[in-house]
Amino acid sequence: MSLAQPESIEDIKARNKALIKEVLEVYPEKTAKRRAKHLNTFEDGKPDCGVKSNIKSIPGVMTIRGCAYAGSKGVVWGPIKDMIHISHGPVGCGQYSWASRRNYYIGTTGIDTFVTMQFTSDFQEKDIVFGGDKKLAKLIDEIQELFPLNKGISVQSECPIGLIGDDIEAVSKAKTKEYNGHTIVPVRCEGFRGVSQSLGHHLANDAIRDWVFDKMEGKPALFEATPYDVAIIGDYNIGGDAWSSRILLEEMGLRVVAQWSGDGTIAELEATPRAKLNVLHCYRSMNYISRHMEEKYGVPWVEYNFFGPSKIEESLRKIASHFDDKIKEGAERVIAKYRPLMDAVIAKYRPRLEGKKVMLFVGGLRPRHVIGAYEDLGMEIVGTGYEFGHNDDYQRTTHYVKDGTLIYDDVTGYEFEKFVEKIQPDLVGSGIKEKYVFQKMGVPFRQMHSWDYSGPYHGYDGFAIFARDMDMAINSPVWKFAKAPWAA
Amino acid sequence: MPQNAENVLDHFNLFRQPEYIELFERKKKEFENHVADSEVERVKDWAKTKEYQEKNFAREALTVNPAKACQPLGAVFASLGFESTIPFVHGSQGCVAYYRSHFSRHFKEPTSCVSSSMTEDAAVFGGLNNMIDGLANTYNMYKPKMISVSTTCMAEVIGDDLNAFIKTSKDKGSVPMEYDVPFAHTPAFVGSHVTGYDNVMKGIVDHFWNGKAGTAPKLERVPNEKINFIGGFDGYVVGNIREVKRMFDSMGVEYTILGDPSDVWDTPTDGEFRMYDGGTTLEDAANAIHAKATFSMQHFSTEKTLPLIAASGQDTYSFHHPIGVRGTDEFLMKVSEVTGKPISKELTKERGRLVDAIADSSAHLHGKRYAIYGDPDLCYGLAAFLLELGAEPVTVLASNGGKLWEEKMNELFASSPFGKNCKCYPGKDLWHMRSLLFTEPVDFLIGNTYGKYLERDTGTPLLRIGFPIFDRHHYHRYPVWGYQGGLNVLVWLLDKVFEETDRNTIVPAKSDYSFDIIR
Repeated sequence: MSLAQPESIEDIKARNKALIKEVLEVYPEKTAKRRAKHLNTFEDGKPDCGVKSNIKSIPGVMTIRGCAYAGSKGVVWGPIKDMIHISHGPVGCGQYSWASRRNYYIGTTGIDTFVTMQFTSDFQEKDIVFGGDKKLAKLIDEIQELFPLNKGISVQSECPIGLIGDDIEAVSKAKTKEYNGHTIVPVRCEGFRGVSQSLGHHLANDAIRDWVFDKMEGKPALFEATPYDVAIIGDYNIGGDAWSSRILLEEMGLRVVAQWSGDGTIAELEATPRAKLNVLHCYRSMNYISRHMEEKYGVPWVEYNFFGPSKIEESLRKIASHFDDKIKEGAERVIAKYRPLMDAVIAKYRPRLEGKKVMLFVGGLRPRHVIGAYEDLGMEIVGTGYEFGHNDDYQRTTHYVKDGTLIYDDVTGYEFEKFVEKIQPDLVGSGIKEKYVFQKMGVPFRQMHSWDYSGPYHGYDGFAIFARDMDMAINSPVWKFAKAPWAA
Repeated sequence: MPQNAENVLDHFNLFRQPEYIELFERKKKEFENHVADSEVERVKDWAKTKEYQEKNFAREALTVNPAKACQPLGAVFASLGFESTIPFVHGSQGCVAYYRSHFSRHFKEPTSCVSSSMTEDAAVFGGLNNMIDGLANTYNMYKPKMISVSTTCMAEVIGDDLNAFIKTSKDKGSVPMEYDVPFAHTPAFVGSHVTGYDNVMKGIVDHFWNGKAGTAPKLERVPNEKINFIGGFDGYVVGNIREVKRMFDSMGVEYTILGDPSDVWDTPTDGEFRMYDGGTTLEDAANAIHAKATFSMQHFSTEKTLPLIAASGQDTYSFHHPIGVRGTDEFLMKVSEVTGKPISKELTKERGRLVDAIADSSAHLHGKRYAIYGDPDLCYGLAAFLLELGAEPVTVLASNGGKLWEEKMNELFASSPFGKNCKCYPGKDLWHMRSLLFTEPVDFLIGNTYGKYLERDTGTPLLRIGFPIFDRHHYHRYPVWGYQGGLNVLVWLLDKVFEETDRNTIVPAKSDYSFDIIR
C-alpha cells in the first residue's frame, strides 16, 4: 500500500521533518518542546540517531512503556524456572504479567519449575497500614512447605513496598539463614522507580550480583570447566529463541553452560562466572551483569545478533574469533550447513516481500537487531524507535539504519498513529497495545515482543519462521477486504 | 536439520525433533542441577493427596494463581463505557500498559487509556503536577469528551486527593472549568477488578447527578418511564449488551445503558482506527437520574453504585449474571413489571426454543459434575444454569467472592436437589482448586484461559467461560445473557461433553464401538 512515497533521500528527510512538525502541533507548548527532542531523522555519518532517550515519559500522552517491576519480574527474573518469583504487593501486577511473555521452559510446573504461575502476597489494606514484612516471612514458609523443590525465591517489589517502608532485605536474609542458605533475593523494582522497564532490568541485574554471585562464594562447582564454555546472556527464550540459538553454538563446538534467563536455572546463573565468554543478545537488559562479570571474574563478553542469516553469519564468526581454530572451523561448518536452508527460505519469500517498507517500535534490542533479518528478505526499515532505549542503543542503531530513517523514542499513541498514517508502511512491527490500532487501519502487523504467539525467530531455524510470518502478515488476503467494494 | 523452507516447522513441532530433544536432555543433565526424576514424581504425587490439600488450605499469606485482578482494571472497563471517554489512571505508568495489554489480549481490540506517569519525585511530592500536565496533554491530543480519572495503588498509598487535584488542574487551565472529569479512588489493595468497576460507575453517576464535585447544581429528578441498565464487569460485554438492547427493543422498553463499551471493543477493520465508538452519551448519563429504576445485571459489580442510585429516589434491582431459563425469566419479568411492558411474543418464543433445546439435550448433561471458578456473579449464573440442566456444580470458587456471595451460593444450592453435594469457596485461588480437582474429581471445569493449567495437571477438561480468555478467539462477541445467550452456553456445554465422549471412544478396535455417529 505504499502510495506516493517520496523518491529521493532528500524528499524523505523533508517529509519526515514536516511530519514531526505536524505531530508536535497537537501538544501544549511545554509538551511539544519536550517531545521534539525524541523525534528525528537519522543522518548518515552521525554518531547517534539525534534523539534524547531514557527520560521520563510525559503524563497523559499514552506512552507505550511499562515499569521497573515489568523489567525485573517480567523480563529478567521471571523466566528463571526453578525459582519462585513472588509478586509482592497487590494482586494486579502479577496477574497481568502471568505467563504472558512466552518464556518457554521445560519442567513440571508447580513441582520443580514455576515460570507460568502467579505467586503473590495479594496485599490488602491492612498490609499497607501495618506493613507486609510479617506476611512475607510467613509466605516464604508456606512456599517452602508446599513447593519443596524450589531452588530459590525472589521478592519482586510492587509500588507500595518502597512507599510503606518494608524491609524485604531483612526478611530475605533471615529466611535464607533459617532455610540453610536457601537463595532468597529481594528486588527493589517498585514500578514508580525510574522512567521505564529499563531500570527494572538494571535493578534485577544488580540483585543477581548482590544476592546470587556474592552469596555463592565457596560453593563447589558442579562441572569441570572446558576452554569452550560460554553463557548465553539476554535471551528470554520467547517462543524458544534461546534454544534455536543454543543449538548453533553447540554445533560449532562450544559448550553452553548457562542461559540467561530463558529456560534458565539458579545453577546456571551460579556457573556463569566460570564461563570463558559471555555472549550477549539483549544488551539493554543484561549489559550490567555482563560488565560486572568482566570486571570481577574476568569473563569477556561479546554482543551478537541471531536475527537473519547475514547477522547470524557475522555473529558466529565474531563469537568464534574469541576461540581457537577448532571453533572457527566449527563456525564455518555451521554457516555452510545452514546455507542451503537459508537460500531456500530467501528464494521462497524474498520475491513476495521485496521492497516492502516496515516501521518498528519495540523494546530492548529489537528496534535495531531485527533490521538485518528484514533486509535479508529485501525489505526496508523506514522508521524505528525504542520503548526504553538509552543513548548507547541509539548509537548502536546507526550501524543498522539507513540515511533518512524516521526515529521516534518513547513514541506516544498519537504520534505512532500519525506516522503510520502518513508513511503508509507495508508492515508495522510493535506490541499488543499497538497491533489492533494498525490492523483497523488496514496495515499488516506483527507483534515483535511475543512474536505474535509464533517463533522462535532467533537462529537459522527461527529465520524460516520469521520469513513465513512476515509473508503471511503482509500477503494475507484479508487486507484486500478492508474497504467495502461499494465504498468510495 | 529439522527446519525446512517448504514446510516451516512451528515451535510446537520444531522442538520435538531429535536434535532439540537431545539438546534439552544435555542441558538438564549437565547444567541444571536437576533433582532426581524420582523425587519430582514423588512430590508430584504428594501434591495430589488429601494431606497436601490440608496444608494448601491452611495457607494464610501466600496466594497462588488467583482468579481476580485489581481495582484499576475494572476502573478502566467502566470508563470505556462512556462516549468518547479516555480513562486516565493516576499513578505509575506500567499499570496502564498492563491494563491495555490485558484487555487487548481478551477482546483482540485496541484499548485506549492514559497514565499520569508518576515516578520517584511524585512519590515524594505527590502527583499534582502529573495530573495538571497529564490532563492538559490528554485533552489536547486525543480530544475526548470526558476524561475519567481513577488511581493505582501508588497514588493511593501516598494519599493523592483526586478531587482537589482535578480542581487545581482546572484552575491551572489544563481543561476547561466545565469539562467533565469524573473520578474515583480505586486502590488495588482493596477488593478486585469488580470493585474498581463499581467505584468508577458510582463516581461517574455521582458526577453527573450530584453536582459535578460541587461545580454545578445537583440535578433535580423528574421521573420518567425509562429504566437504566448496568452490565457490570463482563468479558462477554460485546455480545451481551447488544442482546440486552435487542430484548429491550423487542419489548418496547425505553432504556439507558449506563456503561456500554460494546462498540469501542468491537470496531470494524475498514481502514480507519476509531479511538472512540459508541458508548453511553454524557447527556444520557446525566438524564439517567430521571429513570424509574436501575437494573444491575451483576450485583457484586454494583454494590456501591446501586445505593447511590437509590438515594436519588429510583428503585434498584440487581441480579447475579443470569444465565439460562429461570434467570432470564426473572430478569425479564422484573423489567416487565417495572416498565409495564409485556414480555414480547418474540422473546416468549425464544424462551420456548431454549426450553426445547434443553429438552433435546439434557440427557447428556444430567448428573454431570462441574467445577466452576470466576467472578462471583458469573459463578452464580453458571451454577444456576447447571442446576436447571440437571447437572451438579459441585465446586464453585471465586477468589473475589465474600461472605454475602457464600450465603447466596448456599441458598442456590439448597434450592435444587442437584445442589445437594455442591460447595462454594470464597476467597480461594486456583492452587486450592487444583487440590480440589484431585481429591474431589469432576467431569468438567469451567473457567478462564488460566484453567488450561488445571486441565493439564489434573486431566479435567476445561470449558472456557469467563475473563480473560486469551487463547480462544471471539467468544466475547457471543451473548451469554437472554434466552439466546442461554442457548450459546448450552451449546458450549454440550460440545465439550460430545468432544470428550468422542475423544474417549476414538481408539480403533478398543473403544470405537461407542464412537457413535448419532448422539
